Order: sequence, then C-alpha cells, then structure tokens
Amino acid sequence: MADTKTPYIGRALKRIEDPRLINGLGTYVDDIRLPGLLHAAVLRSPHAHARVVRIDTDAARAVPGVVAVFTGADVNASCGAVPCAAAIPDLKAPTHRVLAGDRVYFVGHAVAVVVASDPYAARDGLDAIDVEYDPLPVVTDAEAAAQNGSPLTHPDLGTNIAYTQVSGSGDIDDAFRKADRVIKHRLHHQRLTPMPIEPRGVVASYHRGEGSLTLWTSTQIPHLVRTLLPGMIGIAENKLRIVAPEVGGGFGAKLNLYAEEALVAHLAMRLGAPVKWIESRRENAASTIHGRDQIGDYEVAVKNDGTILGIRSRTIADLGAYNQLLTPAIPTLTGLVLTGCYRIPAVKIEITGVYTNKMATDAYRGAGRPEATYLIERLMDVVANELKIDRLDLRLKHFPAPTEFPFAQACGLTYDSGNYQAALFKAKELAGWDQLMKDRAAARAEGRLFGVGASTYVEICAMGPSAAMPAGGWEWGCVRMEISAKVTVITGVSPHGQGQETSFAQVAADRLGVPIEDVVVLHGDTNVAHYGRDTYGSRGMAVGGSAIVMCIDKIIAKAKILAAHLLETTADHVEFADGTFSSPGVSTREIPWAELAGAAYVAKSLPKDFEPGLEASSFFEPSNFTFPFGTHICAVDVDRDSGQVKITKYVAVDDCGPQINPLLVEGQVQGGIAHSIGQVLFEQTVYDENGQLLTGEFMDYAMPRATDIPRYILGHTVTPSPVNPLGVKGVGEAGTIGATPAIANAVLDALAPLGITHLDLPMTPEKIWQAVKSRTAAPAAV
Amino acid sequence: MPIPVRLRVNNSPREHAVEPRVLLVHYLRDHCGLTGTHVGCETGVCGACTVLVDGKAVKSCTMFAVQADGSDVTTIEGIANGTLHPVQQGFWDCHALQCGFCTPGMIMASIHLLAGQPKPTRDEIAEGLRGNLCRCTGYSHIVDAIAQASGQPQYVTSSVRAGSEVARG
Repeated sequence: MADTKTPYIGRALKRIEDPRLINGLGTYVDDIRLPGLLHAAVLRSPHAHARVVRIDTDAARAVPGVVAVFTGADVNASCGAVPCAAAIPDLKAPTHRVLAGDRVYFVGHAVAVVVASDPYAARDGLDAIDVEYDPLPVVTDAEAAAQNGSPLTHPDLGTNIAYTQVSGSGDIDDAFRKADRVIKHRLHHQRLTPMPIEPRGVVASYHRGEGSLTLWTSTQIPHLVRTLLPGMIGIAENKLRIVAPEVGGGFGAKLNLYAEEALVAHLAMRLGAPVKWIESRRENAASTIHGRDQIGDYEVAVKNDGTILGIRSRTIADLGAYNQLLTPAIPTLTGLVLTGCYRIPAVKIEITGVYTNKMATDAYRGAGRPEATYLIERLMDVVANELKIDRLDLRLKHFPAPTEFPFAQACGLTYDSGNYQAALFKAKELAGWDQLMKDRAAARAEGRLFGVGASTYVEICAMGPSAAMPAGGWEWGCVRMEISAKVTVITGVSPHGQGQETSFAQVAADRLGVPIEDVVVLHGDTNVAHYGRDTYGSRGMAVGGSAIVMCIDKIIAKAKILAAHLLETTADHVEFADGTFSSPGVSTREIPWAELAGAAYVAKSLPKDFEPGLEASSFFEPSNFTFPFGTHICAVDVDRDSGQVKITKYVAVDDCGPQINPLLVEGQVQGGIAHSIGQVLFEQTVYDENGQLLTGEFMDYAMPRATDIPRYILGHTVTPSPVNPLGVKGVGEAGTIGATPAIANAVLDALAPLGITHLDLPMTPEKIWQAVKSRTAAPAAV
Repeated sequence: MPIPVRLRVNNSPREHAVEPRVLLVHYLRDHCGLTGTHVGCETGVCGACTVLVDGKAVKSCTMFAVQADGSDVTTIEGIANGTLHPVQQGFWDCHALQCGFCTPGMIMASIHLLAGQPKPTRDEIAEGLRGNLCRCTGYSHIVDAIAQASGQPQYVTSSVRAGSEVARG
C-alpha cells in the first residue's frame, strides 16, 4: 500500500532496501557471475618476519585448472605501491608492494597469487607452491619497538618509529605547577579486528577494445578507489568504473584501497579474462586492517575540588607493518578529541606511531575517537574516585554551558552545538541513577559485586571540511525529476547497511512533495554516481544528504521559472507546496510535478534561455565537522566465582541532531553498543611473541552473540547542528564511542570494593577472576 | 571424479554431477545459482550459510553436496510463498538487518528455531541464535523480529515501532 503521508522525515519507516535482502536477492561481490570468469587465490606468509629465499611455482602451474601463478617479481612493477593518504609531516614509511618482494613483514603478507578456472583449483594451486623462508627477528611489542636497540620491522628505515607528533594548547607546565595533585594512569586500548560478516572480495573485468576496466569490490569507498587506483595500475580515472554492489558490512575495514584490488585488476588485464578473488575468513582476520591498539600514559593535573587544569598524554600507537590508507592518521584523531566533552584549559599530546610485524591498524568504527573517549572517561572516573567526588558531578563541572557553543576546545576543534547537561540528566533519569546507587549499596552490604558506570562522549563526525581531509571532504549528489515525475536521487556516499536508500528518499520525498514510492536512490557505481567521497566517519546524511538538499533547492528554483511561464507570471509569484506549483491571485491553475516535468522535457514551450530538463547536481562542502554527543549508563553484576559480567541495565541517550528515521538511528546505536560489549568483555586481536596471529578465525576471535546483549533503554535529545541544512550530526559510530567506557567503568565500579582500580581491556572472565582471586585469597603464610 | 547428486531444492528436483569435495553451499550457489546463501567463515561458526536440510537448520559450509543426496533443501529463496514468510516480515518490520549479509542464514535459523519452539521467550530466542553471527545490528532487533514472527509482541523491546512518529524527545 502506498505510503503518501508526509512529512516522511522523522518517521520510523521500514527500509526500502530490505525486500531484496530478506529474499536472498541482493547482489554481493561473490554473487557476480561473468562469462569466462577466472578465480584467484592468494598465498600468504606464515611468518611474521622472514627473508624469502626461494619461491617454486612449477608444481602449482601443473595443477589441473590452474591458469597462471605470479609472485612479486612478476607483478609488482606493473602494480605500483599501495597508497597511504594520511598527511603526517616527516612520516617514515616503507614502500608497500602488492605482493611481497624478498621479505615478508607480517603473518598474512601476500606472497603469490594463483589464478584458476575454479576456486577449488586455485586453492589446490596454493598448496603446490613451495616457499623457502629464512625467519628474521620479530617485532611485536610496540613500546619495546620504540626503544633504541630494538630489532627492526623494516631494517631499511633504520627505526621502528614512523612519526612522533606533539600537539596541544594552553600552558601545560603552569597547569601542573598549580595542581594540588597529579593523577597518573596507564591505559591500553587493545587491538581489535573489525570482522564484517562478508569478507572482502573483488571482481575485475577489462575491456580490451575500450581499454576500460570495471572493478566490483566490497568497499565503502568506490570513488576513492577510482581516484587512487590509476596511480597503481596505469589506467586513467575516466577509463575506470568502480562498483560497490551490496556490501556486507564495513566498520572501517573496507575504508581502504587494498593490494588485492590492484592485483586482481592487473590480473584481468594481463590474462584477458575477468578474475574474481574472494577473501577467506582466515585471510580477513590476518590481512584486512585491524583497529585501535594504542597504549598510553596519562597525567591529569587537578585541584582538590576536582577542577582539571591540564592533561599530559604520551601514546604509543601500534601501526603494524605497513601504512594502509589512513593508518598513521588514526591516532592523531585520538589527539583531536582527547579532552572529550570537557573544558580543560591545557593539554599536551604526544603520539608516536610504531611499526611492528603485524597487520596494519586503520579506521575501525569510531577510528581514534573511541580511544580518546575511553581514556578521558576512564580518567574522569579515576579522578573522581581518587578525590571522592561524585562521578557525574565531576563531569557536569567541566561541561561547557549550552550557550557557549560554538565551543573551542583545547585540542584545536570547535564543537558546533551541544547540550551535554541535558543528555546527562536524561540518561540519569532513564537509568534511575539514584535507585541504582541504593542497589549498589545494598549489593555491597551483601558482598555482591554490582557496579554502575557512566560515560559522556562527544565525537567528530560528518567528515568533513575539505581543509581537514586528505582528499576532499565534500559530497556530491544529483537529483533528477524524470519526465514521468518519478525522482532519481544519486549520491556519492556509498551505504553498506546504513539504510540511506530509505533515509535519503525520505528527505527527497518531503522536499519535493512526492510519494516516497516514486523515489529511487542510486549509489555505489562510479558510472552512475559520477563523483563522491563515499561512506565513513558518520558523514552520509550530514554531508551526502546535504548535497541532495542543495540539488532539490536548485530543481525547485528552476521549476518555478517554468511554472511562472506556464502560469503567465514571474517566478517570484509562484508558490510551491506539496508537489504543486501555483500562483494564488494570478491564476487558479495548479501545476503538479507530472505536468511540469512533462513540459520541461518535451520542451515545446519553455521560457527564454531555459535549459530543458529538471536535473541538478551539487557539491556540498561542510564548514565544520559535527559533534554528536550523549551519555551512556551501564549497570553490571560480576560473578565473583566465575568472573562473568552480566549487563543488567543499559541506558543510552544519544544526540545526533534531528533524526530522519528513528528506526535506523536505533539500529545504528544498538549495533555500535554491541561492538563495545565485545571490546570490553571479550574481543582482542592476539599475536604471540613470534608474531603468530592467534585470533585468525571466528572460532578464536570472540564476537558478541545474541545472548550477550542486554535490553536497552534508549533515549535521545535533539540539538541541531548549524553546519548543514538538515541539522543532522551523524550516528554510525556513536554507540561504539559512548559504550566502551560506560561498560568498563561499570565493571571497575563493581570491583572497587575489592580495591581493584584498573583492568586492561578486554575484561574477560579469566582476567576478572584472577583479579578477584588475588584480592580475596587468604594471605600466604610467612 | 564427479559423482551424481539428486536432491530437491526449494521443491524443484535438481540433478548434477559434482566433485565429492564440493560443499553444499558452493553447490547451491554455483550449480543451482541460488546466491542468497552466503559464505562468511567456512568453519561453521557464523551461520551465514544456514539452510534447511529436511527441515533442519544446517550450516551448508560444513556439509558436502553429496551428503545432501536424496534430501529436501530449502534456501532463503524458497520460503516466501507469494507473501513473505512471517520471519521475513518480522525482519523487515523490526529493522533486523542492516548490511543483509548474515540475514538469509539468520532467517533460516529462526525458522528452524520456531519449528521446534513456536513460542520462545526472548532469552530462548537469543539462545536459539547463538550459532549465527551478526556484526551490524547488535541482535536486539533480530530478537524483536522473531518475537513478532512468533506472535508475541510483548517480547518486542525496541523503543521505536515501524511507522511510528519520532515523538520521543
């Protein structure tokens, strides 16, 4: 049944994209079938660091079905280097080739590729390749790697330190001089594996006659791939079509240009046949980017009344062996929002990026902001506990007032709008904070470990102003009112689960006054969405949606000129409402889109100098980031005998500005919180001292399951952003940013009666049990 | 050496000669052209490849096609009979999918769950889904979807109902 009730904005509409997905009719990369398709499989290093002495591919070539086998010596000269777009001054960087040369630098480093007539034969080919390795000293501990005398990840760089960046503002020395006390804390933000359920995959098809290449790839960034791939494979940008079809989750892991995208493109050109490569889960765990992995020492200068005068931070970021697209930039994002929601007058931030023999770290959901939020929110609790100040009061004391926005914080950013107090009070009320405190007192009296944690967060979203982005932060869009009065919306963002076929249609339908069923949103194909900067950093609606609004404004302005012509008046006397043009007082005639669009395209009677058609494209350049914020509150029971944590209450109040579709907002928030539940309670990417990856499968990498999820109490406040026409702030990462410290603070609050003040993430049952046991065991006899 | 396999897929008889090592999931995708069944891990953990074999949920990456000889296999493409299956409807209504990659397996596992437990509690639904991973939704909406499909709206916990206004604030 047609849904013609407007406005559509603000309504929890079901998704337009769902019917194909719930019927199994979506087309993901692995579902693409082409005539003569060949299948590639990649041989990967079992060593973290080794010299490649010899590769014997003869037996592999003889395997039935195998068409070709290539090593780095065969392809690297034709494929260029994998690019890094991060602008870090004085960055020392290794050249990252598509396949390994005479050395491998991490477990999973691609060494050779087999192409065969079917995927089984390609894997048979891998088994028949004989590689002789000479193992070399391995660097796995980033802190040790930063010391003089450490073995080197890349001996030719002469150091493991990629860069050191020092930033800050205010008089930090003065802050520490004036402090009543200095509170020190050390925090490790563990390495995580993003693990979208669909691994990466690529299909490449080269048209020899046209000299053009089509690349289907499971990516968040088809347009950035189109910008960057020409530098690798030597095909001009305008001969390159990149398609991100249905993409099965990204979370930052697919915000990258990977070696395999260039390699498979090269293979298709070289072999004159389309080639498909589908990543296995084991490859995904080893060779798709990881996230986080920062260890830091933090010092907070405080007055006895709780006033925070300054923070000094020294962070070591484990970059892994190579720079992927944004690898070295991610820790610098942490530095940009380290002061969180708070007025803290002085900061000094020192970040050192270090190479180790591991997979590269890069943007994983939140990308730098979860790290910052975790550390500032842990520090707020540590300070409050040490000074015996209420944790929420300490936060409130340092919030800027709602009237102080735009608010210039100490790390150099200006927060667009905010009302942090309102979000905190709302969360406190929804959680029944005062009752939770009574429950905690009762639990402690009984010896039960029950804790309550809170976090207040602000994030950097809607990325972003081009001045702050490596390759432009604008977004492009195009809207066409078709001759049939159907509406085609084309966006340069590349949704992969966010639901923007629905939310953009809501915006377009409202603004154009048409039924939402008449709107189609296209994306993810660079031959259709000609330009774009894609999907990451919670930018889709705030930046991409704004470009659509600009297009619609242009179309309506143009349509008014045509309507004026038809109504025999001037455009300033034409009114537009509910999809109809009229000129009250001039004419009783009403012109609906169907008539106007027909007139615009049939073009028999147009005003002078009026171009036929009703189509507009726009680039929206945001003047600032947006800064969504909120408060999360979590209550947990910790089982003292097993170390198991059970989340008994979870409240999230998120402010992402006006919600276009609250059902989608809720989905984003809940999904984000689940990532944090995993991070706090069990997820960790583990390499052993030899650089062997111990979490190389779903069997070893513990992700949340349905039974790990609490019942949520979700609320929101609405503080529009002044930096885009929709006022929206973005919501894709909020859950992951706000939830990690709330849960961690709750667990440590539960353990506080035992004198436990710190546990590193993840707070696994074993780790908690060990901590509880060490605090409660009978003292050893002396 | 290919050997013959005869089975029914979504009520249609199928007959192919396949290598004994071909996994059921690859048989369904590559020989039958039914690409709705997805491969997420090849180790039987994620459940994206879940199908029904003789009515029971099976992770089709852990079974050879030849083992399904003589069986009745149902995939995601075979459950909507003119109208959506109640579980599909629940997934749509409750926003129980985002990227959609785990969704076919989730839906097939849910159908199996409800066949054995027509009126599961929320906890029983969550327990029944332990064999299926979703990285997008955080599961809560999936549990809502199955609660709705089982005719138990009292177990739906989402604070937003499809079609509702954004009245919260």
